[in-house]
Amino acid sequence: MRKHFGPLEVLRGVSLQVGRGEVVVIIGPSGSGKTTFLRCLNHLERIDGGRILINGHLIGYRQRADDRLVEASRRETAQRRSEIGFVFQSFNLFPHMTALMNVACGPLRVKKVSRSIGLQEAADLLVRVGLADKLEARPAHLSGGQQQRVAIARALAMKPTLMLFDEATSALDPEMVGEVLAVMRELAEGGMTMVVVTHEMGFAAEVADRVVMMDQGQIVEQGAPRQVFDAPAQPRTRDFLSKVL
Amino acid sequence: MTWLANLPVSYAVGLHFDWIFFWHALVRPNSSFLLGFATTIYISIIAMVLAILLGLFLALLRRSRLWPLRAFVGLYIWVVRGTPLLVQLVIVYDGFAALGLFSFNDVTVLGLDIQGVVQAGIVTLAANEAAYMAEIIRAGISSVAIGQSEAGLSLGMTPGQVMRRIVLPQAVRVIIPPLGNDFNAMMKSTSLLATIGVSELFLNAQEINSLTFRTFEIYSVAALYYLALTTLWTLVQSTIESRLQTQVGIQRPPTFRQRLIGVGWRPGSGRLRDSA
Repeated sequence: MRKHFGPLEVLRGVSLQVGRGEVVVIIGPSGSGKTTFLRCLNHLERIDGGRILINGHLIGYRQRADDRLVEASRRETAQRRSEIGFVFQSFNLFPHMTALMNVACGPLRVKKVSRSIGLQEAADLLVRVGLADKLEARPAHLSGGQQQRVAIARALAMKPTLMLFDEATSALDPEMVGEVLAVMRELAEGGMTMVVVTHEMGFAAEVADRVVMMDQGQIVEQGAPRQVFDAPAQPRTRDFLSKVL
Repeated sequence: MTWLANLPVSYAVGLHFDWIFFWHALVRPNSSFLLGFATTIYISIIAMVLAILLGLFLALLRRSRLWPLRAFVGLYIWVVRGTPLLVQLVIVYDGFAALGLFSFNDVTVLGLDIQGVVQAGIVTLAANEAAYMAEIIRAGISSVAIGQSEAGLSLGMTPGQVMRRIVLPQAVRVIIPPLGNDFNAMMKSTSLLATIGVSELFLNAQEINSLTFRTFEIYSVAALYYLALTTLWTLVQSTIESRLQTQVGIQRPPTFRQRLIGVGWRPGSGRLRDSA
């Protein structure tokens, strides 16, 4: 995958394969292209080269007879995105809806499930992330940690086959990081396929099946957490880890 | 001092204000004056509703991927905002007819007779206001954080669904205050329709004036009727705004009393007070 913003090359040929049920954690210094890479995965950013396949389907593009890629229709892209959950650093809950409606609106509006089923499943998800008493709360009345848990429930409500986490705990006060990581850990243990961009090295070491180190728009090194954290092969990984650990 | 009592009041104080005429015209206006008042109200409302719809359409067109559409909207807004409403009015009603392009004829819709001048008035007011509404709606749309759209898109909504379900409901909060301002202005602008002969409030006041020469009195009455209308609207607007604010769980905007007479509210500080 290649991507540039103007003259700046943010992704200089990044190639990654993620197996079903695998939890991949991407680490690296800021500006290394981690977030851009993740945003490309559900076509929030266009790519300038390469291709992205999820469950065997191209994301955001359609392949023409001559093998060239053209932008897919809005409907097609929307359909692909509905199978991918995305959790944002800044939560991005819908402020004009209750927590329950935030979670239910995807299934209701996109999948057109019946109202009673949609609301019931949304309530169940909120219970699962520990917010049984906040169903009717507006985002403005929830703490950061609670908002992010609602956001995770919102993404899960679409029953995605892949979950993407973009620095999901970076905007949180320290005392709230734990509750969000706990939800993510539980999700990983439940067999969800996850690609996680994070600065939480403890989480990466504990939960990841594979740790990917990115720097300057490229994958520098990848491997089991043990290997990457305890015996990094690349000087750039060693350098980065010595700064954050 | 008897000589003073014998002088006409007008001479003694230099003023002649016919209180009896004034009160009568204010409290018990004749039926055509009332009809004119009603005309002012319904023309304002219909023109505003049309302006909002057309303005929304123009605002969305301005976000189109096709540049000729964007350019057309830019041109429309430039011309409409850059020329006087009065001039637009005579062009639409008199100019178009003189050119043989289009003339507004009286029609009957659902048993209601709608005069050609009224149609021309509504069309012009709506087309004029739509240019302003397009800008207001555009500002409202761009006030909604980009992350909101991205969150909607990543749930699998189409861009149209994101606009309808996520962006516009949030933009409304930003749109309502300037929209209310414009509606206030529009109710007063309807008085310009008198020039093409729409029998609204102001034209009726002019007619009474030419029959009675109670110039100051009747125009004061007309002014009070406009004032009553805009005051009522201010009340409606603050109700709508506070509903919208409580909906997202944030602080209340200034109340009706605060915004009308400024008591208990200093500009710039009032909004912060409740959240403190």
